[in-house]
Amino acid sequence: MKPILLTWPDLALASLLLLADGGLSIWLQLGLHRRLGVAAARMVGQLIAVGLILRVVFAVANPAITLAWVLTMVALAAREVAARPEQRLGRWGNLSVGASAVAFATFLTAILALTTAIRPTPWYDPRYAVPLSGMILGNVLNAASLALDALLAGAVAGRAAIEAQLCLGASFRQAMRPYVRDAVRRALLPIVNTMSAAGVVTLPGIMTGQILAGMDPLEAAKYQILLIFLLAGGSGLAAVSVTMLAAHRLTDARQRLRLDRLTLRRG
Amino acid sequence: MTSPISACSTGSSTDPPRLALAGLRSALAGPFDLTLARGECVAISGPSGAGKSLLLRMIADLDPNQGEVALDGRARASFSAPDWRRHVTYCPAESGWWAPGVAAHLPPARRAAWAALAERLGLDPVLLDGPVARLSTGERQRLALSRALVATPAVLLADEPTGPLDPDSTARVEALLAERLAAGMALLLVTHDTAQATRLAARRLRLEAGRLVAP
Repeated sequence: MKPILLTWPDLALASLLLLADGGLSIWLQLGLHRRLGVAAARMVGQLIAVGLILRVVFAVANPAITLAWVLTMVALAAREVAARPEQRLGRWGNLSVGASAVAFATFLTAILALTTAIRPTPWYDPRYAVPLSGMILGNVLNAASLALDALLAGAVAGRAAIEAQLCLGASFRQAMRPYVRDAVRRALLPIVNTMSAAGVVTLPGIMTGQILAGMDPLEAAKYQILLIFLLAGGSGLAAVSVTMLAAHRLTDARQRLRLDRLTLRRG
Repeated sequence: MTSPISACSTGSSTDPPRLALAGLRSALAGPFDLTLARGECVAISGPSGAGKSLLLRMIADLDPNQGEVALDGRARASFSAPDWRRHVTYCPAESGWWAPGVAAHLPPARRAAWAALAERLGLDPVLLDGPVARLSTGERQRLALSRALVATPAVLLADEPTGPLDPDSTARVEALLAERLAAGMALLLVTHDTAQATRLAARRLRLEAGRLVAP
C-alpha cells in the first residue's frame, strides 16, 4: 500500500482551521492571533527546511554528514535545556551541564538502538539514525530540562533545610538527596505518562506515522514498544546526569551550598 | 597567650584554645581574630545587618572565607567539612527542617537523648513524634537547639537562641547552655539581649563595620 502523498493545496485547506482560531481570537479579543501566526509560520518554515535538508542527508548517506546533522540537533536541544530554568549556573553553566547530559544520553541510547535492536546496514544509515536520534533527543531534552529546572529551583527554595543538614555534619550529597530524587521524579513523569497512555488513550507518534505510511499495525506496535523503551531509558539517563552535574556545580571542596553561583534570569 | 587585641582569651597558656580565629575574612566581613577557651562564652552584639550571622557562618565554613581557624589547636583544613561542622555546630536564628516529621531529623539511636534534652527545655517529648508543621516558632527553636546539642559539639555557634522564647523557656535554655559550658563546650553567642550576655558570657564584644570591637 503506497503512502498517501499530500499536495500544497491540501495543507492550505488544513490551515483553514488555524485561520479560524485566529479569527476567533480577534473577534473575542484574546490577543493570541499574533503568537499563533508567528508560531505557525515558524513551524512551516522549520519543517520545510528540515525536509529539504534531510532529503540531501539521506541521498548522500555519508557518516560524517549524518553525524554533523545529529550534532546540530544536539546543540539546539542543549540550548533549549539551558534556556528553560529560571536559575542559571553562571554564564555557561546551564549550557555545559545541559549539553553534556543530553549528548551523553542521546548518543548512548541511539548507538545502542542502532547497533543492537534495529541494525540497519550500515548502522549509521541516516534514514534510521536521524529520525531515531531526533525522537530520543526530543524526550531527552524534555527530561533534562525538567530535571535541571527542578533541581535549581529546589536548591534555592530548600536553602534553609539543606544548610541545616550541613550544619549538623551531613555531607552535601546527603543533604541534596531529596532534591535530586525530586528532580529526577519530575523529569520522568512525562515518559511514565506516555507509557501508561500508549495505545489505550493515544496512538504514539511513530506508530501513527508508520500506519499512515502503510505498515502492518502489529509491526508498527513493535517499533513503538522499542522506541518507548529507548525513550524511557534515555530520559532516565539524561535526568540523572543533569541532576548530578548540576548538584556538583552547587558545591565546592568544603561541601558548602554555593547558591552564589546561581543568578536569576532577568525578565 | 597574650595579644594586644582585647578579644583574645586569658585561658590557661598550656592548652590550645578551644576555638581560635586568625585573620578570618570574606568579601563581606572581617578580618576577625578571636580565641575561646574551653568552657568560655563570648557574646557578640551589634546592629542588624552588621554581619554577626556572617561571622558564625564563616566559622562553620558555610560561606567561602580565608584565614585560619583551629579547634583545640588543630587546623580546620585538616578536618573534612562535615566533621568540622559536627564539632563546631552552627545553630541559625531560624531553624531548618528537611522532612515532614520531626523524628526523621535525627537517627533513631539518638532519639532518647534528644527527648531528654527537649524535656529540659520545657518541651513535651511527644512533639518528637509529630509533624514539623504543627510546631510553634518557640518549639521549633528549642527543638533545633536540642537537636544540635545531642551530638555534644565542642563549640556551639548560637545565633539568637532565645529570640522567640518567653522568659521561662529562656531561663531553661540558659541553664542548659551553662551546664554545657561547665562541661567544656565553648559558646559563641549572638544576642541582642544585654542581660543575657551578662548572665552567660565572660566577655562581650560588638560587631561594627565588619570588625569585632569592645562594647
